[in-house]
Parts: sequence; structure tokens; C-alpha cells
Amino acid sequence: MTLSKEKVSAFVSKYSMYLILVGMIIIMSVLKGENFNTWNNYRNIIRQMTPIGIMALGVTFCIITEGTDLSGGSVIAMCSVVAAHMAHPGEFSLIVTILVTVLAGILAGSINGAVIAYGKVPPFIATLGMMSAARGAAMLLSDGKPISNFSGGFKFIGGGSIGIVPMPVIVFAICCIIAYILLQKTKYGAYIYAIGGNENAAIVSGVNVKSMKMSAYALAGMFTAIGAIVLTARQESGQPQMGVGYDMEAITCAIIGGTSFSGGIGTISGTIVGALIMGVLANGMTMLQVNPNWQMVVKGVVIVLAVLLDMYKNRKK
Amino acid sequence: MGKECILKMEGISKSFPGVKALDQVNLTVRKGTVHAVMGENGAGKSTLMKILLGLYPQDEGTVYFKGKEVHFNNPRDALHNGLAMIHQELSTVRSRNVMQNIYLGKEITYKGTGVLNNKAMYAECKTLFESLGIGIDPLTPMSSLSVSRQQLCEIAKAISYNADLIIMDEPTSAITESEVELLFKMIDDLLKKGITIIYITHKMDEVFKIADDVSVYRDGHFINSVPAKETNQAELIKMMVGRELSQMFPKEEVEIKDTLLKVENLSSEGVFEDVSFELRRGEILGVAGLIGAGRSEVMEGVFGVRPISKGKIYIDGTEVTIRTPRDAIRNRIAFLTEDRKYNGCLLPLSVRENTVIASLAKYCRLGFINRKVCNEKSKEMQKAMNIKTPTIEQKIMNLSGGNQQKVLVGRWLLTDPNILIVDEPTRGIDVGAKSEIHKLITNLAKQGKGIIMISSELPEVLGMSDRVMVMSEGKLIGTMNREEATQEKILLYATGKTE
Repeated sequence: MTLSKEKVSAFVSKYSMYLILVGMIIIMSVLKGENFNTWNNYRNIIRQMTPIGIMALGVTFCIITEGTDLSGGSVIAMCSVVAAHMAHPGEFSLIVTILVTVLAGILAGSINGAVIAYGKVPPFIATLGMMSAARGAAMLLSDGKPISNFSGGFKFIGGGSIGIVPMPVIVFAICCIIAYILLQKTKYGAYIYAIGGNENAAIVSGVNVKSMKMSAYALAGMFTAIGAIVLTARQESGQPQMGVGYDMEAITCAIIGGTSFSGGIGTISGTIVGALIMGVLANGMTMLQVNPNWQMVVKGVVIVLAVLLDMYKNRKK
Repeated sequence: MGKECILKMEGISKSFPGVKALDQVNLTVRKGTVHAVMGENGAGKSTLMKILLGLYPQDEGTVYFKGKEVHFNNPRDALHNGLAMIHQELSTVRSRNVMQNIYLGKEITYKGTGVLNNKAMYAECKTLFESLGIGIDPLTPMSSLSVSRQQLCEIAKAISYNADLIIMDEPTSAITESEVELLFKMIDDLLKKGITIIYITHKMDEVFKIADDVSVYRDGHFINSVPAKETNQAELIKMMVGRELSQMFPKEEVEIKDTLLKVENLSSEGVFEDVSFELRRGEILGVAGLIGAGRSEVMEGVFGVRPISKGKIYIDGTEVTIRTPRDAIRNRIAFLTEDRKYNGCLLPLSVRENTVIASLAKYCRLGFINRKVCNEKSKEMQKAMNIKTPTIEQKIMNLSGGNQQKVLVGRWLLTDPNILIVDEPTRGIDVGAKSEIHKLITNLAKQGKGIIMISSELPEVLGMSDRVMVMSEGKLIGTMNREEATQEKILLYATGKTE
């Protein structure tokens, strides 16, 4: 097999994000090998990025339909407070706590979805509104103060492990599998891609575009809620003020992973790699003792670069 | 030899990932002539023009313009050097007026300041239009002009840049017959001014009416260049297709049976009113009329894309309610829309995904897609429709217009329709693919299906239809049988009169 310039360039273009991830791991191994390349650190990386990673899975669906979701950070805080309220020992059962939290997330997402799909409000504006409203809800439900004192079962979700695998990682893995199957193996996923590919053509082809679009946002809300449960359990505290900027990071994970704002393009595996890249980036910068404020600048630059690359690759002819 | 060459493209090659679009292609255009460029979709005509305009560079070959070797960086660069292009999909700014469009990028301002000198632009514009015989006031909003008049403005704009060579891409695809005459007159005037025209078209009769020379391309190769006077339709077709094409419209005698579809008093407020018609099994019902008559809108109403305010639809004698395309598909109706870019192709998705989308539920169990069946069905359609694509995973945006259209036809065939509505099915499509689609429509009629064909190409309407219904300004003016249908009668009805 000959290594033509075209073949190499096609390979690089298709697997660019994997190459970037490998590249980053190599750099970190060289710079801080003893600290970076330990099982403990790897577990840390995934544990840290799990809430945002799960949120990224959901937001992938929204972006594929040519939308976006800026409310993730506020919704995760709201769900965190809801979970925290219900997780006190001896009050509600674990299943009920989880169910109610997930429903809260779905509710927020559905409101987003309804306003966008039926109200025809641009996703940017609609989810921006929810960003504010959900934050307010989080503050109202918690009186502005953190909530703790959780049952052992609840705390296990954040801090426990099955074997050597931490619970957050297991939850993340399950979410990845669900998202993957939904998006890439079902009729539902095919319709999501179609809506993003050409909404008008999807309508003519018999797809119920409005209800599908709404469901994408409800799904995003669901994943955000699951992320909230993991985060709250790990922190052992439900904090109404947290989550600021999580939505942007989740979107960044999806975009780095190849999801495109132009619609109809994106994969779950890509988003996972995107999340890993962001995770390694955060972990690496901390290990290299980069000033947290500089870390914020870097994150901002990364998302803009990712979107620039997206625009360049996927300009609709 | 006669006139000197204003443009010479020699040995041009261009490849994209997976496909060689142009292979050592030539184009030689004599100054002051109309040079027709013909070829099937996928032949490489657009690619050649894009290279000329500087949209991307060639891999091999040289371009000589006005005697010198050139490498334009972008269309603006080409424009400033005397080379203008009028695209099939016009590039006017509809929210601005004519004058603002013409002077876009070279606005006249008061010396020293940045303030627009509208008086000067208006005066210059008026003079330009008068010299070209265009009776449009420069202050007219572009959005209020018809497509053909917008086109005239684009031509004027090219002149204002002192273009020596103007490329017109399918200029008559969206204008009416009478407007075509106006365009030809304009072209004659341009030639008298020493301007050269490259005329890209699929329409043979126009080539023989207006072109001096014809260059034919096929599958990325240059076939031949001949003076129009020294060739004929059969020869050109043979060059374009590589084989002889028997009769253009294979109209066969098909047994027409009972009524399949009955539409009664269909109305959509402000758009069309009291439209009633019938469609029988085995029948091809042509729908003719001027652009804007409401034909597509009526069928959008039947298919559930457009809400209707009044009217009933009966299929096989039973009344049906169609509020969404899903209802229509369930009632075994299919709709191949007019504008595949707008609501036909799922551009970033693959040929396979585009093919199965309307019939997807059939290949699913409990919501899970049976990928194997989808692949089979897509390959089946690829073969049946003779679609040129390296694999079914190829993104549909990389296919030529004609092949995209075939994918869409395949999509609708997979829904197993009884009634097939096709809107301008062969617009912007080469001779070879056109004939294939016509044969397909005829075969479907033979199978007992009912076909409604909206078309602005009278030869197509007259050649294919069993009956023709003519609309004008939202109303159905009349219906005629194949025997009584003539071009004159259709055009008469299309203007709203019956005698």
C-alpha cells in the first residue's frame, strides 16, 4: 500500500482528534511522567471529567440538529440541589432520588425543546433564558446555601468503586453506551441526523421534526441530571452556585470530537475523545501548576479554535 | 481561424479525494462569439468554470486569458480582470435595491469622505441601463424583480466591470419563454459590443439558436469543439452521452384504469383556490403553467407540506385526511420536490442515509435499524437508478446534480407509492439522466401507478403526459387530453385565458 500524500492527509483528517489525544498524553508523559502515568491519575482524569463528559453526550444530540444548549451549567446546579434535598439518610429511597432528579433535568430540557421546536425561538436565546431561570431555581430551592448529609448509598455513586473501577467511570460508561446506541443504531438517531442534515427535507420525508427536536433537548436535560447526581455524590454536597461554564466545556468536547454546528455531523465516540482531551488538558495544566486563571484563558482559546476548525471543515457548499 | 482567442484553457486536470473531475481538458473560445459548453452533469463543466474563476487552482494545465497566462485568486480578482460569471442561482442581494447591487464593492462616495454619493450612482446606473436597453429603475428593490429581470441586472453589473468575457450558467432554467427572447436579444447586443459569452446549457434548441461554437465534455474529458452550424442534435447527444440515444420521450401506450386520486376544491388562502382534478391508474398527468402559477403549492397541499384551508382528497374513492407528509406517505403518495437543495437532499449525509430516510420504519425492529437491509436496499436503488458514486457511504453533496436527483427518486421508490408527484423532475439535469428518469416514469405508469408531473419544459409536458392541466395565478384554468394539447394552447391557458 503506497503512502500517497492524499491518503496521509485523509487519514490525519479523519483521526485528527485521536492523534491530538495521543499527542497530549505523550507530551504529559515526557514532562511529568512519574505523576501522570499512574492508575490513580488516570482514574482521577476520568472521575473529574465525568459530569461534563455526560453533559457533552446530551449536547451532542442538540448540536447535530443544528442547535445548541447553553443551559447545562445551570441545569446541573438545579438538579444537584434537587438530588441533595432528597438524598438525606432515611428520607427517600435511592431509586426515587435518582428518578426525581432525572425528571427535573428532563423537565428543564423539555421546556428548552418546546420553546425551540414549537415556539421557533433560536436555540441560543432559548437556552440562554433557561441558563438564567435554572440558576434562579437552584438558588430558590436551596436558599442559596450548599446542602449536604447524604445516605451511604448516594455517596457510593460518587465515591465508591466496583473492583478497581470508580463508580463515576461506570456511570459514564453506561451513559456512553446508551448515547451511542440511541444515536447510531436506532431510527431515532437516524432522524436526528436527518433533521440536522436538512430540516426541510426531513419534513418532506415524513419525519416529525418538531417532536424529535424537542426530544433532543429533553435528552440533553436527562444526561445533565445524571451528571449532577454523580457530581453531587462525589462532592458530598449540593451547591447551587456550581456548574458555571460547564455548558461551554461540554459543547467544546462535542466540537473537538467532530460534531458540527452546521448540523447533521457528529458521533458519540468523537465526543468521548473530545471529553478525554479536555480532561487530559485540565489534568495536565494542573500538574504543570498553570495558574487557574490562565487555564480559563486556555479553555476559551480551545473552544474558539475547535469551532474555527469546524467551520473550515464543514462549510456547506 | 477567423477571430482571435480570448480564452484558452489547456490540459487542465483536477482531482478531488476519490474522483478525478477533469483529465487534461481544453477550452478555446474565440473573441466576440457565443460559445456553448455542454455535457452531462458530472462531466466537469462547473469544475472547469470554478478553476477559471479562481475558486480553486488546477492540478495541471494553463489558462490564457486575453493572450496572457493567468491565475486568478478568487472571483473578485477575475472580475477586476474582465471575467464575470452569472450563476444559475443568482447572487443578488435581495434586501437591497438594483443600484446598490450594481455598485456593491465599488460604491461611489463623495471625494475624501466615506459618504455614499447616491445621485452619481443613480445617474451612472441609469445611463448604463439605457445603453443596454434595460427598462428598470435603479431604485427598484431587488426582491420585487422577477428572476429574469434580476438576471438582466446581473448582466448589467458584469458590463459595469467592463467584462470582456461573461459566463452564463443555465441562464434560462428559471425564466419563461418570452423572457428567453429578451435574453437572446441582450446577448446579441453584447456581441456587437465585442463581448464574448460562454453559455453553459443543457438545452439543445437554444444552442442551435444562439451559439457560434459548441464544446462538449463527458466524464471529465474534453470530447470535441465544433461550430454550431456544422453539427446537429443527434451528433451532440452522441458526444455527450457516448452512445446514441433513441427517442427522447419514450411514450408508450399504457392502459389507463380507474380513478386513483380525486382532489376537490383544494384551497390555500392567498395561494391557490378551488383546484379540483383527478388522477387515474396508469396515467401521467402533466401540470403546466407559468412560474408562480401555484402548481408546486397545490401539490404541497395534497402532500401535507402546506396547510390547506378548504378541500377534500379521495384515494380509491375513500376520503383521506392528509395533514403531514407522514400521512401522505402512509397513503402511498410520494413527492419529489422542485428544489433538491432546499428540501430534497440531506447534504452532509451519505447516499445510503438519503436513500432510506423516507422508508426507514420498514427496516427497523423495536426502533433498531437493520443496517444490512438498509445497505441492500440502497445498493438496489443505486443499481436500478444507475447512480454514479464510488460507494453508498459517499456524502451526497459530492455527487453531481443529476445523480443527486436519482438518489431522491430512489428514496421515494422505496416507499412503494401508488401516487408519485414529481416537480420539475429533470431540471438542471443532463440528457442521459433525463432520459433515464423519463423511462422510469413511464415504467411506473405501466405498473399501474398514477403520476403527477409538474414541468415548465413544454416538450417534456407534451411528450410525456396523457392529460395536461394548466394553472394560472392560483387557479386551474383547464385540462386537455394528449390529442388536443399543443404548445400554443397550453401557453394560452397559462396566461389565464381559454380563448
